[in-house]
Amino acid sequence: MTDQTSPARTPQRLDEVITGGIGTSPLRPDGTLKVRGEFAYSSDLWADGMLWGATLRSPHPYARILSVDTGPALAHPGVSAVLTHQDVPGENIYGLKTADTPALAEDVVRYKGEPVALVAADHPETARRALEKIVVAYEVLEPVTDPERAAHDDTLPALHPGGNVVRYQPIVQGDPDAVADVVVSDVYTLGMQDQAFLGPESGLAIPDEDGGVDLFLATQWLHVDQRQTARALGLPLEKVRFTMSGVGGAFGGREDLSMQIHCCMLALHTGRPVKMVYGREESFYGHVHRHPAKMYYEHGATKDGKLVYIKARMYFDGGAYASKTPVVVSNATSLGTGPYEVPNVRIEGWGLYTNNPPCGAMRGLGAVQPAYAYESQMDKLAKALDMDPVLLRQINAVSEGSTLHTGQVLDSPAPVAELLERLKRLPMPLENRTAPADVRDLPGGISNTTHGEGVVRGVGYSVIIKNVSYAEGADDYSTARVRLEVIGGEPVAMVHTAAAEVGQGLVTVQQQIARTELAVERVNIHPNDTNVGDAGSSSASRQTYVTGGAVKNACEAVRDVLFAKAARRFGERPADLSLVGGKVVSSTTGVIADIADVLGDDVIEETREYHHLRTYELDPVTGQSPRVHVQHAYSAHRAVVDVDTELGLVKVVRLDCAQDVGKAVNPDAVVAQIQGGSTQGLGLAVMEEIQVEGGHIRNPSFTDYLIPTIMDTPPMTIDVIERADPNSPYGVRGVGEPPTISATPAIVNAIRNATGLDLTHTPVGPEHICGPAFARA
Amino acid sequence: MTDTAPPPTTTGAQEEELHPIRLRVNGVLRTAEVPARRLLSDCLRHDLGLTGTHVGCEHGVCGACTVQVDGRPMRSCLMFAVSAQDHEITTVEGLERPDGTLHAVQRAFRECHGLQCGFCTPGFLNVIAAFLEENPKPSEEEARDAVAGNLCRCTGYQNIVKAVLRAAELRLEEQVDEDAPVEVDEVAR
Repeated sequence: MTDQTSPARTPQRLDEVITGGIGTSPLRPDGTLKVRGEFAYSSDLWADGMLWGATLRSPHPYARILSVDTGPALAHPGVSAVLTHQDVPGENIYGLKTADTPALAEDVVRYKGEPVALVAADHPETARRALEKIVVAYEVLEPVTDPERAAHDDTLPALHPGGNVVRYQPIVQGDPDAVADVVVSDVYTLGMQDQAFLGPESGLAIPDEDGGVDLFLATQWLHVDQRQTARALGLPLEKVRFTMSGVGGAFGGREDLSMQIHCCMLALHTGRPVKMVYGREESFYGHVHRHPAKMYYEHGATKDGKLVYIKARMYFDGGAYASKTPVVVSNATSLGTGPYEVPNVRIEGWGLYTNNPPCGAMRGLGAVQPAYAYESQMDKLAKALDMDPVLLRQINAVSEGSTLHTGQVLDSPAPVAELLERLKRLPMPLENRTAPADVRDLPGGISNTTHGEGVVRGVGYSVIIKNVSYAEGADDYSTARVRLEVIGGEPVAMVHTAAAEVGQGLVTVQQQIARTELAVERVNIHPNDTNVGDAGSSSASRQTYVTGGAVKNACEAVRDVLFAKAARRFGERPADLSLVGGKVVSSTTGVIADIADVLGDDVIEETREYHHLRTYELDPVTGQSPRVHVQHAYSAHRAVVDVDTELGLVKVVRLDCAQDVGKAVNPDAVVAQIQGGSTQGLGLAVMEEIQVEGGHIRNPSFTDYLIPTIMDTPPMTIDVIERADPNSPYGVRGVGEPPTISATPAIVNAIRNATGLDLTHTPVGPEHICGPAFARA
Repeated sequence: MTDTAPPPTTTGAQEEELHPIRLRVNGVLRTAEVPARRLLSDCLRHDLGLTGTHVGCEHGVCGACTVQVDGRPMRSCLMFAVSAQDHEITTVEGLERPDGTLHAVQRAFRECHGLQCGFCTPGFLNVIAAFLEENPKPSEEEARDAVAGNLCRCTGYQNIVKAVLRAAELRLEEQVDEDAPVEVDEVAR
């Protein structure tokens, strides 16, 4: 952490007495359970007499279903149910933004891995054997696999009734024919990344006597799951009750439905509890991935390095179903210039349907792809101008008051140039040694592929912009219920929300806010369920902001009731009262009572929502919007790499980050988020790509889809600064996504710096450094 | 209600020979009847109800399912339950001491923010607990090496390395305090 002090507006005096409030780093409340192995993840659940569910998936990227014969499977001993689309009780359709996805395929399958039928049996192995006995006759069709063609070629089959374009969005600002002294352009592609959370999809559905169902699951957004599932089950919301279990990571991959509808269908059909657990391979087919992209970029600048224009066309492969594709297009186009002032902009984005695996939410949604392209362009431009790439970024950087190409004015601090300056001042790691002590420090590591010969070092920088929370007019809110009562003589607060703890530490943050606002030490977190209002998703770096705001509002409401009681009893004016260290304090007469005394046997419970400032849609023709995003966040990375130019192997030596977080509610958790996010960005720079050929995933396992180990992950210096956003609770700015976005281009820029290569694809593999013969796959 | 208690031993509907096995898990003798191909990970989770051992990839890559077999870290998804007979198995549930206080490595992970979602944590804990028995005072480089076979998707490993070094400190402090290492195999659960 830095010594920067924050202008956060909450009175700090409360923190002086109650420990573990905001701005401190108390331990996670779930930490002890997690280190003891007692924290129940959704895959650990069990119920008396439960059955195991399994899913039959399409082996073809695109095919017509001619017939399905479930008879042989149903006759298999131990099988209780075999279900197809005909057994979907309600509407056989769901989707996050566009309802276009069948719970079970009807007459056509649009991607390899699409669910076709379900089995419930007495044992997972029985269920899997039974899947093999379901006979499906397919007429295999030629798949649509090129998203750019899907955008423009009308001769391709339309995969959905409205055609293959999920969304087209242009953004036009200034003079489209502006002329520049120096022009650089290139075409960049970015591979399909997997969230690779370690706890695969799982859940347990228990049918209720009232005809409803309870589902215990791991998800990012309980209420949106509940709404989509209830529609498919044909049940009212109150009969479809969802409760959060332990979540083994998410990163966007749990925002769409996986087993939710299926598990409930099997439970309702059999009248018995049903558990479903995906294996790792099934998980690769069972959730959406990050959109691969193809991006045409052209930057023009003056001789002294001021950006004159940016022109870009981007294609995002949404795969078979829409999922978050419309939002990817919106984010990518509205953030597609990077954190730079550019007078003339023409950006067009397409999100497409193909027969590739469906793509949707992943950390950095829609901002990761253009950031790789525009930060590559900034380095290319610096080279063309013979200018320091950091200086080039700084002289074009946005700051508070800047207008983006959407017309939106940045209404809060935007310390972009400062982030770069701080990184530049960090010490550099030791230069390449001629006789390294340890091969682990070199590209190739313990494979012992070099002792330093052919190894060159490079340094790369990047800085990025990301929106926080939902955009374009979404009523993005959260709900919190806070209860204050005396337990064992002590005032205790209980916070109840539906906001998903996915590992990020939201449970800790909620406790911290309640401690700060209510001046009580003990704060319990109620399990997440649908018995309280919607919290929105744990995505878009939004929960500390939005659910944090809801918890703060509910605490304030509880406090108002408490003050009214105290004022009546002690003849004070409520406006004179405050809470300090478990006591009610009057500004005129000092301490008047313990909170516990004022409460007595009473329970105060208040439920409040938090809605952030209204946002507005992008104009469909011009892309203009007075406020498309409620908040922007910024992070910068400096990467140092060693590249073995003979074998094309890369060792990331150092990966330092500077980020503005507005207000670090929990400084340790903030740093940990940045470390983890940076590592996922490293994966996309040099390792992680789902290989898709003709609609088939070629590497659906952790043997073939590589994610970084500690050996791939360098030491990091994390420099956190706090420039409060006047519009957000406590001044917070979203933290989780930005570092994932900026790490990737910094590393690729460093590899370019080392090798002089163009590197127009990420992740960068040996084949991109040494030629096709070196391809890993 | 849901629970994480052990489900009844089931074998699937296959006509398959079952083998009675006796496993010593966390110091307690446990018995089960399993087919020869039952993985130790599945036996621990499903037959014995020890769900603290997590399965992340099912083929020996991620390390989440790591347990200790006679004090050595082993991926329980790569070992058959029948081959674990006559060995001492320690799972995450058996790491703490008989009085319920946490093992040094458990304390260190908690204190150093060494976990987020926590799914990978039990595997890391077993790897590190075994490692510190062999190398009680590791350097940072050795600490990084020790966890090189385990995947974590949340933390970026920085705090896990910190936790390894902190666990070593805590462990040595405990030994100074008590003048003798604590036997952990007496745990009865």
